[in-house]
Amino acid sequence: TGFFMILVPVKRVIDAAIRPRINKALTGVETKGVKFSINPFCDIALEESLRIREANKGLVDSIHAVSIGPTKSQDVLRTALAKGADSSTLVDVGDQEVEPLNVAKLLKQVVEKQESNLVILGKQAIDDDSNQTGQMLAGLLNWPQATNASKVEIDGDTVTVTREIDGGADTLRAKLPMIITTDLRLNEPRYASLPNVMKAKKKPLEKLKAADLGIEIASRLETIQVVEPPARDAGIKVESVDELISKLKEAKAL
Amino acid sequence: MLRNFSRAFSRSIPKLDTLVLVEAAGGKITPASLSTVTAASQIGKPTIALVAGPDGESVVGDVATIEGISKVLVAKGSRYDHYLAEELSPLIKLILESSDQWTHFLTPGSAVGKSVLPRVGALLDTQPVSEIIKVESEDTFVRPIYAGNALATVKSNEKLKLASVRGSAFAPAKLGASAVAVEDVAEVESQNRTEFVGEELVTSERPELASASKVVSGGRGLKNKETFEALIEPLAAKLNAAVGATRAAVDSGYCDNSLQVGQTGKVVAPELYVAVGVSGAIQHLAGMKDSKTIVAINKDPEAAIFNVADIGLVADLNEAVPELTNKL
Repeated sequence: TGFFMILVPVKRVIDAAIRPRINKALTGVETKGVKFSINPFCDIALEESLRIREANKGLVDSIHAVSIGPTKSQDVLRTALAKGADSSTLVDVGDQEVEPLNVAKLLKQVVEKQESNLVILGKQAIDDDSNQTGQMLAGLLNWPQATNASKVEIDGDTVTVTREIDGGADTLRAKLPMIITTDLRLNEPRYASLPNVMKAKKKPLEKLKAADLGIEIASRLETIQVVEPPARDAGIKVESVDELISKLKEAKAL
Repeated sequence: MLRNFSRAFSRSIPKLDTLVLVEAAGGKITPASLSTVTAASQIGKPTIALVAGPDGESVVGDVATIEGISKVLVAKGSRYDHYLAEELSPLIKLILESSDQWTHFLTPGSAVGKSVLPRVGALLDTQPVSEIIKVESEDTFVRPIYAGNALATVKSNEKLKLASVRGSAFAPAKLGASAVAVEDVAEVESQNRTEFVGEELVTSERPELASASKVVSGGRGLKNKETFEALIEPLAAKLNAAVGATRAAVDSGYCDNSLQVGQTGKVVAPELYVAVGVSGAIQHLAGMKDSKTIVAINKDPEAAIFNVADIGLVADLNEAVPELTNKL
């Protein structure tokens, strides 16, 4: 058996195609009757772990998916299992929102429990847009981190990652254990086939509470309110390039 | 050595407040760093800049003259080359723990800031606030969530407030104030195992995208790389604008990844944003809808981009764009 023990954290979020609506109490966004899906960056992380196994015969010992969220997060775990993860853990926190630092602390416990040596996460969740969890987990474990990965290359226990940075790309290299966070163009995630969806129902899904991992979830940030961004004034349509230029001059935009 | 470092610190800097990581690239302070200094100034206390590595050393003189900076700390040494989070985080942790006077630590919301800040947060057991766009008070900030479709006002109950700053939301601080004191800080042992292999930066004569006052952006409507280059580049050159792109354009290979504007790319807020052949997907709008004037050129009158455009022209871009370029 191989020596890569991959952990893939996945988050259940409002589907990327849906425009979120703010609730009446201005405390957050409306979630009732809204479609939820696996966070797109997490889907890419899962896909990458599957590709590492497929491209390196015998290298990967296990791919374990983990989600921290409400009971319904088991849906995204079933999806991950259907796509090819071997086993999974749900840390059921009910409706409580969990900040990245607490997510990272919970994940650290799961890493230790699963003896993971490579954690691949999405670079950010498209709901809170924090872009923090992977870096925090790397900090807690004191492991190398390669964020915003657009390419991952494996050579034995050495991992080389090309990253999206401001102004271009850079390349980092480290031996396991390490943390990778995925950018959008790392890969194109696969769909789960129906037979695999059926098979996934028999794969292991362990259910835990935060307390089982010895972590108390206390929020450090307080959301005072959530509002719509200011709407833009209605624009005008022009008929010609000349009119466009004169309107731009009027608006002092040229 | 570490103990000496701490002692030297608490003695020499009795009243510290906000620490700002100032980043440099190509021998210049990044515009996002200058915006971060502005955000720090709005918190209302003395702001101290931290610069690191050879990029940092190359701009120390300039950093010392940024308006609103009261001192500059310099961390020298090749271990701070390339701003690796594994090296910078222990350094920043030690500085922030060396005195209990620190109340805030801010980084730009750049690739470096996003890589470093959360790791520092984990080492300090502190939850950071990502990409603030407004300082309400010293503990309360506004930040966009859901790709900018909602704005959350967030109060940090942490003793030490950590935040990254969205550059486009704050005007850059100006240089030219009388120079403040510069003080060296010692290197910190890191146990880093990450090796920097190399980098490939995109060179362009156009202004840098994130800080440009004008942006010309191309989408799927350009159809191919040749059209993108033939239409977008000359218009951008004429306007002295930066070139941007949608994810569709980047994924189809019309231009480099680093030009992508949107939730997962750069967030820009220029004076003028010209969207050519851009449909206006929410992920793209997240990156540009705070631009002052938005112009859209698209042949589809139903395109969502027209909902945010101040001036829209429904036309074939193959004709309208060259005409616009010629007449400017």
